[in-house]
Amino acid sequence: MDHLNSYLVLSAILFSLGLYTVVTRRNAVAILMGVELILNAANINFVAFSKFVTHNLDGHLISVFIIMLAAAEAAVALAIVLNLYNDRGHINVDEANALKQ
Amino acid sequence: MADFIFWIIWALIVASAALVAFGNNLIHSVFALMGTFLGVAGIYIFLNADFLAVTQIVVYVGGILVLLVFGIMLTNKISTAQISQSSVQKGLGVLVVLGVLTIILTSVLPHDWVGAITPMAFDDTVEGIGKLLFTDYLILFEIASVLLLGALIGAATLARKEL
Repeated sequence: MDHLNSYLVLSAILFSLGLYTVVTRRNAVAILMGVELILNAANINFVAFSKFVTHNLDGHLISVFIIMLAAAEAAVALAIVLNLYNDRGHINVDEANALKQ
Repeated sequence: MADFIFWIIWALIVASAALVAFGNNLIHSVFALMGTFLGVAGIYIFLNADFLAVTQIVVYVGGILVLLVFGIMLTNKISTAQISQSSVQKGLGVLVVLGVLTIILTSVLPHDWVGAITPMAFDDTVEGIGKLLFTDYLILFEIASVLLLGALIGAATLARKEL
């Protein structure tokens, strides 16, 4: 727990699982969950480097802004997903290929 | 003891994130995602990031997770008891992701990070974050407030019935 590498490995695994979720899922909400995993992996890295390498609070500030961006992104994405469902009756991203029909 | 708890949280994050990626039931995936978020909050505590740990729980578990559950419930028929989900191109996905993971680990782990020998233990990050937020990061902070307002209006506009 007092070594940077244990955090970096955790972050890399979390990022990979998020990437796998994003590339293989077809449900739009599931893809959003993958994006959240990736953002969390990035946050762990920022905070870990803040403690182990730079020794200041800049990484924490960036993490705060990432969390805020994630909240805004989730709200807008959910609104789009709801519209897609009202329009098509499903939220399969493979078949969402038109802005309007 | 602290070491033991750290590795428990480490394993919890990896296991629940794997359930998010590989699970067949969407509801199970969302609840596994809660385990990941809480585990990441625990990791923040190990990194002396007290403010971020609380923010993580409030925003992710209290906000984003509830939004995701709403999204699932509103986009599935209530009558289908099990909300299943499927994945496509699993073999190719595993291959690509394992490649990315290998590249990350082989490039990051052997690197000798300057200063990584002496981890710094912050006593209290709230005061420092507050000071930085209103000095070095003031413009970013103001832009963030405008962005949040834009996201709020945009989401409310998009979610209306008559667009």
